[in-house]
Amino acid sequence: MSNATTGPDNLTGVTPDTGLKIGQSDESGPMLAADGTPLKKSLNRALRKQKIRALALIAPLLIFILATFIYPIGEMLFRSVENQIVGEVLPRTVRVLADWESENDPVPGDAVFSALTKDMMVAVEEKNHTRLGSRLNYEVSGVSSLFRKSGRSVDDFGEVYTDQFIALDPAWEDPLTFVSIFADEAWVEADAAYDGEGRRPRFLLRDGVGEVLPQTASMYRDFARVVQTEDEDSPTEEDVWNSVYLALYEDLSVQPDIPAGLPQAEMLATARGAVADFETADLRAAFVDVDEGWEETRVWQTIQQYSAPYTTGYFLNSVDLQKTPDGVDWRPENEQIYVTLFIRTMIMSTIITVSCILLGYPVAWLLANLPASKANLLMILVLLPFWTSLLVRTSAWKALLQNQGVINDLAVWIGIVADDNRLALINNATGTVIAMTHILLPFMILPLYSVMKTIPPSYLRAAKSLGATNVTAFRRVYFPQSVPGIGAGSILVFILSIGYYITPEIVGGTKGVFISNRIAYHISTSLNWGLAAALGSILLAVVLLLYWCYDRIVGIDNVKLGG
Amino acid sequence: MPVANDASAFVEFDRVQKSYDGEQLVVKDLNLSMPKGEFLTMLGPSGSGKTTCLMMLAGFETATHGDIRLDGKPINDIPPHKRGIGMVFQNYALFPHMTVAENLAFPLQVRKMDRNTQEEKVKRALGRVQMNDFAGRRPAQLSGGQQQRIALARALVFEPELVLMDEPLGALDKQLRETLQFEITNLAHELGITVVYVTHDQTEALTMSDRVAVFENGRIQQLAAPDELYEEPQNSFVAQFIGENNTLEGVVAEITDTTCVVKLDSGEVIDAVPVNVNKVGDRTKVSIRPERVEVDTKKLGPNAHTLKAEVLEFVYMGDIFRTRLRVAGNTDFVIKTRNSPDQTKLTPGTTIDIGWLPRDCRALDA
Ligand SMILES: Nc1ncnc2c1ncn2[C@@H]1O[C@H](COP(=O)(O)OP(=O)(O)OP(=O)(O)O)[C@@H](O)[C@H]1O
Ligand SMILES: [Mg+2]
Repeated sequence: MSNATTGPDNLTGVTPDTGLKIGQSDESGPMLAADGTPLKKSLNRALRKQKIRALALIAPLLIFILATFIYPIGEMLFRSVENQIVGEVLPRTVRVLADWESENDPVPGDAVFSALTKDMMVAVEEKNHTRLGSRLNYEVSGVSSLFRKSGRSVDDFGEVYTDQFIALDPAWEDPLTFVSIFADEAWVEADAAYDGEGRRPRFLLRDGVGEVLPQTASMYRDFARVVQTEDEDSPTEEDVWNSVYLALYEDLSVQPDIPAGLPQAEMLATARGAVADFETADLRAAFVDVDEGWEETRVWQTIQQYSAPYTTGYFLNSVDLQKTPDGVDWRPENEQIYVTLFIRTMIMSTIITVSCILLGYPVAWLLANLPASKANLLMILVLLPFWTSLLVRTSAWKALLQNQGVINDLAVWIGIVADDNRLALINNATGTVIAMTHILLPFMILPLYSVMKTIPPSYLRAAKSLGATNVTAFRRVYFPQSVPGIGAGSILVFILSIGYYITPEIVGGTKGVFISNRIAYHISTSLNWGLAAALGSILLAVVLLLYWCYDRIVGIDNVKLGG
Repeated sequence: MPVANDASAFVEFDRVQKSYDGEQLVVKDLNLSMPKGEFLTMLGPSGSGKTTCLMMLAGFETATHGDIRLDGKPINDIPPHKRGIGMVFQNYALFPHMTVAENLAFPLQVRKMDRNTQEEKVKRALGRVQMNDFAGRRPAQLSGGQQQRIALARALVFEPELVLMDEPLGALDKQLRETLQFEITNLAHELGITVVYVTHDQTEALTMSDRVAVFENGRIQQLAAPDELYEEPQNSFVAQFIGENNTLEGVVAEITDTTCVVKLDSGEVIDAVPVNVNKVGDRTKVSIRPERVEVDTKKLGPNAHTLKAEVLEFVYMGDIFRTRLRVAGNTDFVIKTRNSPDQTKLTPGTTIDIGWLPRDCRALDA
């Protein structure tokens, strides 16, 4: 193996390459073709057509691979860092919360609760708050129910303001009042003309109103959108949300004057004069009333930490770390599972690979050296597993290995094992190793065989004629030449093994499952796709790293799948 | 026939038989005895059992029956690695993962020689085949001829007394083959080693060997020195196989110890030397070498045979002319004449007289 790294780079003497260079150095300037164009250029031109034809041949495969392999991997890598949901569902809250410092203030101020009221209102109507709740629940348990509970009562928050506006002028109760202030006139006309056919004209905000009443305009636009899309109704007919009144109150409280050009400018001006005396609502109290979780610093810290559109959180989680206000730290002891799983996956894959080499090498040798008729029969036996379903084979192992299974029965009958002390061969690491070795064995045998097939028997004979015993001849002559096959088989088996899922799931119990089983769990049961993606990305990175190491140590050109 | 227990024999096959499948004998009753230092070539068509014999000698195949003795001791039960026989394979069998020097050092390493001795011997062996500059290369970086030289050096580096070579030059072009033939014979004589050489190239066999064993169908048809083999073939197979040969078929009409008369199928009657015909009435193939046929019949003595021949084809080959004739019904009768100043070029279509001496005309088995 020591000299296996000597690749073509270590050639000495004149190789075709250096020969060309020598040839060139005699000339001054680039070589010219017969018609005077530089040789390189005319060669390129001649090769281009060939290249295009070759490309056209592989184009279908290329497209297929792009669509089914490269793109999903890209998607997975993206998902493992993507975290737009917090910013999308709570845009106002995230913006206000950016200034909050948890050291000074265990719970953020009223502005945040006000923003949360508005965001939650929209989220509830669009049914996003539970999604966000489950996402944040990965980080702090309990958030999911916090969001669900708050969602149920948030539409009442800020009702104080609604009542006071209506008391001031009953016209504030009329949806049309808001329409006249905030809606674009062209939209109003279009909406009036809408007869239920086709798409409802999309709500448009009036020009300029956003500068005067920014919060209200944005809130009203959300309201209009939700009414149009979720309720399939017109904003001209729906009662306006309390949170719009809340926004209007806030806008008017800080707005020095109302430009006269605005519709209902008078009404607005009156309201502006009145808001200073309005009774205010304690939104924080309202939230805390629903669930005390809103007073927990941890919850707010998490929202703040995950407010960026991209996060390293999933990756930290994948290696049992978490973000804390004091930086990255280990998760609580009882939540640390992934590092163990990764290490177990690696160790067990190594054991499986080594078992495959030990069991497969002699078989491959026989295959390569038996007369054709016997070799074919043996080859069929080797390939037999490919003809039966993976599930069937794994289930068969279950029948064989279980406590009351064939192997234990046999062992008890022979007397190597006491009846009350049967071997635990399944639902643990042993079971996984046994079943996986069996299933992956062909992937070791086939590359080994195809490499061994190319080693002429005359090498062994030569070695023996030179005085080597059978053992020496094998060790010094045959084995080194079969190393590329071992390499190819090991890479194949190891990589298949660390990504294996079905077999460990069925025979692995809790002690014999791999990281892939956890990934599957997050994909199909917990629906934490981000974490699944991060785990998958780490697995991918590990594979690439191993591949790189292998290339450095053994040399990838020493991998052969045949001739 | 058996040559068993010949005191001077170094390599001895004694009634050796070999069958791979239990149905067919690939080697049938092989008896062969070689003195030390001899260069013996096994020559024969493909599938005649040459490699099998070599493999039995090397120990990679076991004889089904009979004894093989090396220096008087039976070696049937000695494993190959203890026989100390050097071997050169047709495909060279240089270990691809070792450099040239490592390849050469291999037999020395397994013999546990110390490092200095190893280096010295490797150097000397490489020097013998003029390959000192290539010690650090891998076999794949060498040309076929260079690989063959290394294979040769490797087979010699541990100083075996017996070296086996199985068509070592088979894959090389003609010119290189000739150079290497020369080098191999020189080395063999210089080192005094005994060589068993397998080839199916008869020129190679004739030019290199002390003796040639012509194989056919698992039997040695004739074992003799090259000149004897060429000039006195013992049967028609050998006559056909070695060199170019004209045959005329007929029946023995008269026979004495030294001469016989053959009545050819076309009606002509000729004299010949009886080689393996026994009695009147035996069918025979009469063999005449092309270069022993004379166009200028006056040059021959009075007891020479003359026949009429029709010129069919004339080929100019530079140093010689090769003419195909119709003689006694045989249209493949070839004669070779030297391109000398007085030689006439024969014109196809003409009829000429040809003749030969009866002693060049051998009546062989049919
Ligand atoms: N391992 C084997 N198993 C069965 N039959 C074999 C084996 N090796 C050779 N034979 C058969 O034995 C006969 C002699 O083979 P051998 O290799 O000795 O011929 P050879 O004279 O060396 O021919 P060539 O000039 O083509 O190398 C052939 O008919 C061949 O088919
Ligand atoms: Mg052969």
